[in-house]
Amino acid sequence: MRYMLIMRATRHSEAGIPPRAESIEAMNAYHAELEKAGVLLAAERLLPSSNGIRIAYPNAGGSPAFASGPIDQVNELAAGYTVIDVTSEEEALAWAKRAPDPNGYGEGVIDLHRMLDE
Amino acid sequence: MTESASRLAIEAVWRIESAKLIAGLTRMVRDVGLAEDLAQDALVIALEKWPVTGIPDKPGAWLMTAAKRRALDLLRRDKLRDRKYEEVGRSAELYTEDELNGEASGEIGDDLLRLIFMTCHPILSREGRVALTLRLLGGLTTDEIARAFIVPEPTIAQRIVRAKRTLREARAAFEETPAGPELKERLEAVLEVIYLMFNEGYAATSGENWTRPLLCQEALRLGRILAEVAPLEPEAHGLAALMEFQASRLKTRVGPAGEPILLADQNRSLWDRLLIRRGLAALERARSLGRPLGPYALQAAIAACHAEAPSSEETNWMRIAALYEALSRVMPSPIVELNRAVAIGMAFGPAFALELVEQLESEPALQDYHLLPSVKGDFLYKLGRIEEAGAAFEAAAAMARNEQERDLLLRRAAACRSAE
Repeated sequence: MRYMLIMRATRHSEAGIPPRAESIEAMNAYHAELEKAGVLLAAERLLPSSNGIRIAYPNAGGSPAFASGPIDQVNELAAGYTVIDVTSEEEALAWAKRAPDPNGYGEGVIDLHRMLDE
Repeated sequence: MTESASRLAIEAVWRIESAKLIAGLTRMVRDVGLAEDLAQDALVIALEKWPVTGIPDKPGAWLMTAAKRRALDLLRRDKLRDRKYEEVGRSAELYTEDELNGEASGEIGDDLLRLIFMTCHPILSREGRVALTLRLLGGLTTDEIARAFIVPEPTIAQRIVRAKRTLREARAAFEETPAGPELKERLEAVLEVIYLMFNEGYAATSGENWTRPLLCQEALRLGRILAEVAPLEPEAHGLAALMEFQASRLKTRVGPAGEPILLADQNRSLWDRLLIRRGLAALERARSLGRPLGPYALQAAIAACHAEAPSSEETNWMRIAALYEALSRVMPSPIVELNRAVAIGMAFGPAFALELVEQLESEPALQDYHLLPSVKGDFLYKLGRIEEAGAAFEAAAAMARNEQERDLLLRRAAACRSAE
């Protein structure tokens, strides 16, 4: 079963401030460990929302409304994700809880989601 | 009407109608120089007749009819058999009066857009583009353009003549509006000319007048027209928004003695609210077109944060830092990085910002730029590193070109010394 860890955007990540050096090292080590255990499927970082757009469908069946970034609701944005393939929920939880603080400024948030099986 | 009053009235009509007139005529005769001559001939006729008859109800249509008659006269007299001029005859009834008085949309909008693309053609020199655009789209005289740029009139006249000749020799036809990747490139050239014009007026560092409002007004007007005729181009709205915001601060950026006043020290109650609202509306249009913001829209969005803030402290520096982050990707430059550092310093404290500034110190382009040590001094001061701050302010003062700025920096350096 596959799980996704979503690293939420922070005020720092949105302003393009890189994570603290310790955080970068810890995250690299974490991903290396996932890789070595054979569970890592993907790990990507995203540019801040100022480089993208938001597409909203405010009216069912209607045309979408576009809004270029940056998006003000920083905490609802993603800054990166990691996809792992594990054999049980316990294993996913164990891996997820070992993930380090993504940027080291006291704002880090990670959401763990189980991915829908096709 | 007295003679001078009617002359002023006719000049006003000319300023409103000339671009549309030249654009329409260029489509017919396919030669921008000839189109301008025909339009000028129509103006001469108007100057003779209107003081007697009064200004007609639809002056634009009147001028167009006069210009076309003049074209047909030329055709008959010179027995021009050149096929391209035959079009004049065929299209003589092309414009109805309603069309000429309509908004800058539809066919007239297309004509104007094509004319802007032509006067900002990449085969022309930058100076040539600016002069020709002011002449043909702004309806300014060579004398007015020369005074705005503080250069002799013959220089401007020569630039215009040369630009027209280049267009003619290159047979730069009054082409269809470019599309696809070419449109993006050509639009960039147009936006650049308009912004160059605006900046020339806005940030004039030489000459007796610190700001030269005519160029700003003209650029703003062209920017609005461009946004109107190219409504699906986010950067056209972005540039219009940027100029609206900057123009809203036009009156507050110079002190009584002609000294520049920094954004943080400007009297915000004097900012022009109407222009700010227009800027916000234009920016909203740029944001709603479904593309990440480009360089002009990003700069406009930054200006919007300042425009909406009651004071420098209460500014949404976090958002400004985020906008600079994107700007540093689409328009990378050491100056953008330095501004980004300032925004980050305001949003997240001086420690981060100092790191960024120190990285920029090796940047060759910033070696003589006094704002780099000045900004660094500011962050050092806020971090309590007073001695280092004093040294940075002194270094900045040695580089400052402007006397007032130098004095200010020396005062800050002295304050650091006495605080040690």
